[in-house]
Order: sequence, then C-alpha cells, then structure tokens
Amino acid sequence: MTGMRDWDRVGKPDSGVVREFVAARLDDDRLPWSGQAAVMAHFGVSCAESEDLILEAGVLPARYTRNRQMLTTALQLRLFRSQVVVVGCGGLGGYLIEGLARLGVGRLVVVDPDAFVEHNLNRQILATMSNIGSNKAAAAARRVAEINPAVRVQAVAAAFDTGSHTLLSGATAVADALDDVDARLALAGACRDAGIPLVYGAIAGWYGYVATIFPGEDTLQHLYHRHTSRRGIESQLGNPSFTPAVVASLQVAEICKILIGQGTLLRQRVLTINLLDSEIETVPIE
Amino acid sequence: MDITVRLFLAFRTGRFNTKVLQYAEGTTVRQVVDDLRLPEADLGTAIVNGREAELGDVLSPGDTLLVFPLVGGG
Repeated sequence: MTGMRDWDRVGKPDSGVVREFVAARLDDDRLPWSGQAAVMAHFGVSCAESEDLILEAGVLPARYTRNRQMLTTALQLRLFRSQVVVVGCGGLGGYLIEGLARLGVGRLVVVDPDAFVEHNLNRQILATMSNIGSNKAAAAARRVAEINPAVRVQAVAAAFDTGSHTLLSGATAVADALDDVDARLALAGACRDAGIPLVYGAIAGWYGYVATIFPGEDTLQHLYHRHTSRRGIESQLGNPSFTPAVVASLQVAEICKILIGQGTLLRQRVLTINLLDSEIETVPIE
Repeated sequence: MDITVRLFLAFRTGRFNTKVLQYAEGTTVRQVVDDLRLPEADLGTAIVNGREAELGDVLSPGDTLLVFPLVGGG
C-alpha cells in the first residue's frame, strides 16, 4: 500500500461513463487485461482503482472467469474491498497469500520478520533458490505483484507483537500462519480486542488443525490449554511439502466464507487433519 | 469404571482412535495420559465430556476423555 487513498490523485470517474467505456472492450461478457489496462490509461487510475471501477460497473475482469460459478460480480467486488492480514509468510503464509491474491482479495497485509533459509525450500511456496536470504514478507509482495497486480500489499518485515495492533485496523479477517504457540495466543488476544475474526491453522508432519475464531470465542485457549512449550510435535515430525498446502487452502476457504458471508464456518470446533491415516474430522471445542 | 478415550492425530500412532478402557475409581486424567505413554510435553489439551480438563481432575464412570497433541508449526 502506498499510503495514498483511492482517488486522491484523480476524482472518481462516473460509474456510467466507466460502464460505457468498458462495454466497448468486452470479450464475451468479461473484460480482458487489455481492457483493464485501457481503463487505467484512459481514466488515469491505478490498477487497483481500475479494478474497483470495473467491478462496481458490474463487469468481471477476465482473470476471475472461473470464480463466477460460485461468486457473483457483486461478491467479487466485496472480496476486492476486503482487507486480510496474514501473520507469518512461511509454510502456511505462502499458500494463504497465493490463494487470497488469486481469489481477488483486494488488500493484504503480510507480516514476517524472517528471511528465507535453505531448509524452507522443501515446503514454502515463496522460497526459491534466488531469494534465500530475502525477507519473507517482501518476497510475498513481489509474488502477489506477479499474480494479481490489482491487489495492494503492505509488507511488514517485523514480528507481530504488542506494538503491531495497528496492523489489524481495517481488516475484515486475520490469518494465523505463525509457528509459535505463544505468538498464536497473543495474536488471538489481539484479534479478540480488535473485534476481528481469526482463521487459525497449525501443522506438524502429516497433521494439522484449522479453526475459525470470532471475538468472544476461546477456541485457541482451549486447544493450547495444556501447552508447556512454544513448539509442538512439529519439532519431532518436521513439515513436508503437502501439509501446509492443505491446511492453508482450508484457511483460505474459511476466509472466503467470512468475507462473502456464506456457508458454515469452523466456529467453536477444530478441524483435525490426519493425512497419514486419511482422516479428517471436526471436534467441538468450546 | 469405563472411560471412553479418544486420541487425535499423532497420538493414534501405535495406540488407537477411540477405545473404552477400564480404570479404578479415582483415576485422574494424568494417570490415563501416563498409562497411554502420551508425553506430557506433547499435550495440547485434554477435554472431558466437552469441557477443558486439568491433568489432576478425577474421572467419573462413563466419562469421555479427548486428548489432543500440541501442534504449533506453520
């Protein structure tokens, strides 16, 4: 994010004028990238502003064609006007950011103090041979720019701590992609205080947990009630390539449901994932 | 007394998913955890009849005990 609000440089163009301009550039009933680029050039707006204008005019950018059997253009606009904070840009965070950017969530705040190291390469989708040593949040921002340039990314190369609560301001949902139990509990507390839903995911070897926690619910405190260590059984089991992809994808689905207000969320229960024995079940936790 | 024990994720390996076990009256959650050789350091939470339990809690006949491992990776 640049710090500049939408339409600061230019007044917001009239929706009817945009609709007329866009109508002449449709392919079937969707607007290809060339049309979106024309909107940017003609109205002097940024990529993000152009996407908002196009969706508000009721037109779907062609990149979202395969979303539309489940998401109307109005819902796509709602996603675009949503802001999600992803805390941690490692195993879970990389797949979360990938999924949210491709889905079309318009604003992402991505937080991670660490740099990629060689042993991240087995599972972290953002880790590449060329960015070992680079900050993970900055790498996430570069990746999103390559996937979906309409998405505004604020990359924060710092740990989420007591001074980071302002990062939650304006967020519709927060994703927990941390790797430390104490930090997870602190994030859950910050989300509760800020009144923002938290989508939790955690992994160890073949196993994982997913839950959605709304303010006032204490799922994480229950799930970690007995914890005596900041690390769990992942310190013995490690983490392979596929477990973070599974768990993070389930987190993206939960976030999508929160943002569009549809479906049944994993509230006051935990989804337990056991890929070794092919068992997935939800258990009430309240 | 009968105690229904449900284990989750890695705790199932070499043990079981759900089993009704016999324990003497006065058995605590910790005694079941120790009996099943579940390392306390690996414990995330224990739930008895849907409520969070302490390790020192005494179980009653017919209780259902759920034991979850500590999973914290990301």
